[in-house]
Amino acid sequence: MPRILGVDIPGEKRIDISLRYIYGIGPVNAKAVLEKATIDASIRAKDLTEQQLSQIVHAIQDGKYVIEGDLRRELGMNLKRLQAIKCYRGVRHLRGLPVRGQRTSTNARTRKGPRKTVGVQRNPDAKTGIH
Amino acid sequence: MGRSIKKGPFVEGHLMDKIVKLNATSAKKPIKTWSRRSMITPDFVGHTFNVHNGKMFLPVFVTENMVGHRLGEFALTRTFKKHGAHTAKAEAK
Repeated sequence: MPRILGVDIPGEKRIDISLRYIYGIGPVNAKAVLEKATIDASIRAKDLTEQQLSQIVHAIQDGKYVIEGDLRRELGMNLKRLQAIKCYRGVRHLRGLPVRGQRTSTNARTRKGPRKTVGVQRNPDAKTGIH
Repeated sequence: MGRSIKKGPFVEGHLMDKIVKLNATSAKKPIKTWSRRSMITPDFVGHTFNVHNGKMFLPVFVTENMVGHRLGEFALTRTFKKHGAHTAKAEAK
């Protein structure tokens, strides 16, 4: 398994596919990087020479792509900013509800997670037996 | 589609007048407003706005991070309901 910028990429796949295992490099960026490094996209990742690998690394670093830890941190910061200023989007993130105005009466299970049934919880301070 | 850059951010005219007046006197007093759709510009920073949420006015203190958002984003219009007993312990969460 060749390593690029501290990430293992699968050797058995074509390099344009393998590059996508780097967080922040998708189909479009992978193609652009290979074009810049002038490497044939159909080569298997394990067949790349040291020199070709370093060409790819240079192409990624020169291309100013935000990848891996930096990208994760950037996303985290965006989230934190929204939550710190207590705007609507931040509040929705805090509560784990959909942020972009979707309905929540039904569905929204991706954000809300598995269904949690809440039974009737009696107020312990309320008097019992009196209606 | 986003707003044209040529026009600049949208701020209700009467609100802008009040802010210009406040900034000129460097006084700090809350501005009561119904204009939830006004974008927060750098002029707003440091002021407190009482933003209407349909029922009452919620105080919003504007900080630098809020620039580019709209006033209405900070005055929620709905109450968050949850199930269960409303004890003091549950409310504190």
